[in-house]
Amino acid sequence: MDPSVIIFLSSGLFLGWALGANDAANVFGTAVGTRMVRWGTAAAICSIFVVLGAVISGAGSSETLGKLGAITALPGAFMTALAAAISVYVMTKAGLAVSTSQAIVGGIVGWNLFTGQPTDTKILMTIVTTWVLCPILAAIIAVILYKALRIYLRYSKLHLVRTDAYLRLGLLLAGAFGAYALGANNIANVVGVFLPAIEFSTLELGGISFSPAQQLFLIGGLAIAFGVMTYSKGVMMTVGGGLGRISPVAAFVAVVSHSIVLFAFASRGLEAWLLSMGLPTIPLVPVSSSQAVVGAIVGIAILQGAAGIRWRLLGTIVMGWVATPIMAGFISFFGLYFLQNVFDQTVF
Amino acid sequence: MSRMNKLRLFGRTRDLESQIDDFLDKLSESTVMFRLGVRTYLKEGANGEFDVKLKAVNKLESEADALRRNIEKELYTHTLIPDARGDVLGLIETLDHVMNLFEGVLWSISIEKPDIPSEFRAGYRKLTNMVVQAADALVLAARAFFRTPHAVADYNHKVIIFEKEADKISTQLKRDIFNSDLDLSRKTHLRNFVEQIDNVADWAEDVADRLAIYAIKRTV
Repeated sequence: MDPSVIIFLSSGLFLGWALGANDAANVFGTAVGTRMVRWGTAAAICSIFVVLGAVISGAGSSETLGKLGAITALPGAFMTALAAAISVYVMTKAGLAVSTSQAIVGGIVGWNLFTGQPTDTKILMTIVTTWVLCPILAAIIAVILYKALRIYLRYSKLHLVRTDAYLRLGLLLAGAFGAYALGANNIANVVGVFLPAIEFSTLELGGISFSPAQQLFLIGGLAIAFGVMTYSKGVMMTVGGGLGRISPVAAFVAVVSHSIVLFAFASRGLEAWLLSMGLPTIPLVPVSSSQAVVGAIVGIAILQGAAGIRWRLLGTIVMGWVATPIMAGFISFFGLYFLQNVFDQTVF
Repeated sequence: MSRMNKLRLFGRTRDLESQIDDFLDKLSESTVMFRLGVRTYLKEGANGEFDVKLKAVNKLESEADALRRNIEKELYTHTLIPDARGDVLGLIETLDHVMNLFEGVLWSISIEKPDIPSEFRAGYRKLTNMVVQAADALVLAARAFFRTPHAVADYNHKVIIFEKEADKISTQLKRDIFNSDLDLSRKTHLRNFVEQIDNVADWAEDVADRLAIYAIKRTV
């Protein structure tokens, strides 16, 4: 492999690391914060399932990003991912709930504008609509699940100790599913832009063949896992502490709702099943894991009488939809200009 | 804990669950023994039968103590029910005190052997019955806390009713004692026992008040 590939991939890997560091908290933050699951256990499960999700189910949302803009030169892909990574870093420092999904789309549109490629507005609209739908859908699923679980707990007469044990196991399983869905849905943000530009050959390992895309997803998945292992502990404690009043039942429902939404926007299997049933399909689009969780928690809060909703938080989400992609788009556009004219790299 | 238990899925959970149930069974059994003990004393004095009941309450109390220590150790060493363990601990400890109070009354009777005139015995019996009913309702409320927290309020309501009735009976009994021709020393001796028995119902009400908050926390 050409060593320059690694250098150009570095921005994507950094983005993956940031994603792992931040978004693992959406999957396991409440469980770890409420001391229902140990951080070590959470980090191990999260890392394994993020990689599995990325490699097995990562193709769907990557394809959608490819349709938005097929970046054909590695330096161009590098700058697009770097623009997204910088935006995420800056916005996170500013205390906004940002999403790598929204940053990378801005970056791609920036590349399109710089190279004069037309942006498919239909795809762009689908993506933006999905961002808005994601927290709403998570809220609706959370409300239904929470209500059903409350009724079940009321009539099952389970002992407090047993409810706790089941919830602990449930949080682990939901976390594993959540990590898988996160890997499947968000791997496109990390390495999706590199797909058209990178040339790997198919790898045979123990009778299983890994396509070039899957190899790239594996590298990206490992970057996410590295972020989980090295930096997620503090974020998880903060999420758990910040949402201190959330009960373990609500935590479980929030993670499951988040995971269902992320999985629905990533699963080709679900898409095929909906098609076979003659039902409308769900677009395969990378969405924001943080916003899915916030949507679910707001849903539960509304069900409980809406006393705990912080409208400012909702404001920052809407801000994120607009500000993150615009910022990433600008950085991408000007970064590409420098890369092409100062560093003499082929960006398309 | 045996090795088999560690291998069983939810083995530790089942153990802890049955220890909590056992603890509540001990408390429930002690209410019966306490009532029989006082009744025996009122009818026949501190005879062999009374000693049997006293010993039974002692035994139940020390068994419950051992269970309480085990439950506390399990909850804290394995970080079980992290969001409710403080409440469970508070509940178990205050319930344990109900048994201490039962034991205290029977020991005092055994040591001091109060000479209760026959005209006051019915009052003592009625007071004991009411106090025991308050404690029984409290046990039901505690059981409900673990399995059906929304039902706690119903049982708590009963605890409060029984406590109020016990107060009325004890006030009347003390009035009757002090209106009698007995010596002041005997009057105060008899009053001590009225207060000691009534104290159990007061304590039960305090526990019920705490339990109400714990239950609300579980149902929101």
